Amino acid sequence: MKLIIAIIKEEKLDEVREALIAAEIERITVNRVSGHGRQQEIVVQRGKTIIPNLIPKVQITIACNDEFEDIIVDTITQTARENGGTVGDGKIFVQDLKDCIRIRTGERGGQAI
Amino acid sequence: MLRLLPLLFLAAMPAMAHDSATHVNDSGATAWMLTSTTLVLLMVPGLAMFYGGLVRTKNVLGTMMHSFAALAVVGVIWAIVGYALCFGPNTLGGLVGWSKGLVWLDSIDHTIMSSNVPEYVYAMFQGKFAIITPAVIAGAVAERITFKGWMAFIAVWIIVVYAPICHWMWASDGYFFNMGARGVIDFAGGTVVEICSGVSGLTLALYIGARHGYPKAVMSPNNLVMSLTGAGLLWVGWFGFNAGSSIASNLDTARALCVTQVAAAAGALTWVLIESVRDERPTSLGMSSGILAGLVAITPAAGVVQVKGAICLGVLATFACYAMIQVKNKLGYDDSLDVFGVHGTAGIIGTIGLVFFIRQTWWAEAGQKIAGWGIAQQLKVQIAAVGATIAFSAIVTLLVAIIIEKTIGLRVSDTVEKTGLDHDIHGERGYGLANLN
Repeated sequence: MKLIIAIIKEEKLDEVREALIAAEIERITVNRVSGHGRQQEIVVQRGKTIIPNLIPKVQITIACNDEFEDIIVDTITQTARENGGTVGDGKIFVQDLKDCIRIRTGERGGQAI
Repeated sequence: MLRLLPLLFLAAMPAMAHDSATHVNDSGATAWMLTSTTLVLLMVPGLAMFYGGLVRTKNVLGTMMHSFAALAVVGVIWAIVGYALCFGPNTLGGLVGWSKGLVWLDSIDHTIMSSNVPEYVYAMFQGKFAIITPAVIAGAVAERITFKGWMAFIAVWIIVVYAPICHWMWASDGYFFNMGARGVIDFAGGTVVEICSGVSGLTLALYIGARHGYPKAVMSPNNLVMSLTGAGLLWVGWFGFNAGSSIASNLDTARALCVTQVAAAAGALTWVLIESVRDERPTSLGMSSGILAGLVAITPAAGVVQVKGAICLGVLATFACYAMIQVKNKLGYDDSLDVFGVHGTAGIIGTIGLVFFIRQTWWAEAGQKIAGWGIAQQLKVQIAAVGATIAFSAIVTLLVAIIIEKTIGLRVSDTVEKTGLDHDIHGERGYGLANLN
């Protein structure tokens, strides 16, 4: 099992979700997060230029069985890119997932996902 | 609203809006009109909050800015030419008014009107109506209109759509103001404000098209707490809107205030009951919508109906608005925040429906002017005014929209629509929690 964490641009959330649903990946968790990478976003407030150090992003978390890893990673990579790839498009982290438990039934492992 | 001034006097002096000298300031009436002007101003941030809460998080500031843009743009245009176009003497065969002296409000510097109120107060009071009307339209095209295009649209719209309709209905020599025995009954803007904004909003929404993903994608309100607060402020402000439209501080004012309160409450109660029965859950959005439906319906009628009539209009309008929104959902057009669904629909119900609830003394006075003047005759006048408002608003708004779309552009690009107006157009975000900076 894998735990896939993708950090993407806010405005790409709808597109990525639509694409994931089209690929039959329908169990996801979404958070609003802030952070910094290489992207610089310049904001002008009352004529003063400000470079915020924390930029809002959206984090998508998906737990899946191994065979779905590639589909998920490919779908997100393809849809979260802006204009074929720009700084700030985000990152995807893939981790091994030790266990997964469905609270309702107590099932464990791959079938609980 | 001017009709409450002695009509004979009006007939004798068509340019009464700017006769000077002779009248004395009535401090009571002036104080109430100053208060009313302020209350109507309060409706604009109220509307901004109501609309702002109903859109998605990414568009909250952009949507509120649409209302504030009306304050800025119309606030300036009104003082320069708006008042002259609305309340100057007939020009172009009565299509609009015009008076060179009223440009920059120059000629009213010393004027106390026949209602014993300084004309400056009246001009500013009317100016607030001209501001809130285009601000209402914004709800129909929420989340997808450019800021530039919107500013340009309202600047042109106020001159070519609002000013003519306002002149017909409210200027002392306006066509509908003088139609029939006692003119069209539009106390505080059933046609001028509500139907006009509702129909213009619908036209604009149909012209620029639905939001990306509508109606399949779920578009949840970002902050119903703010919307409910905004609806409350609108209710408060509406006392200035309606009771102020008596341009006095007397029995007429009290009557208007009373029926306004009752109709709003009846509307709110009805909507919540419909939802409780039909949808199982009464919602805060339903409460807000019912308040608005009741207030809109009583707007044209506040000078002529009594409490029973106010309740009937509030209830009827709410049923009609609820039904209209179901029709919208069925047809799938994107009148995003139900501008036609509430303002247009309740405006039509109120302006036409009021005929059946007019107080006896009004009929008696009408009968003295034209013998046998009754429901059928007044109904024709009301329907003519409603029909003219609908046709004129729809056609001219469409023309303005086409011209602005072809030159400045009205609809945002796909990217802006996805990112949101706040970030892309204004470089800001509505809520600090989304951005830890």
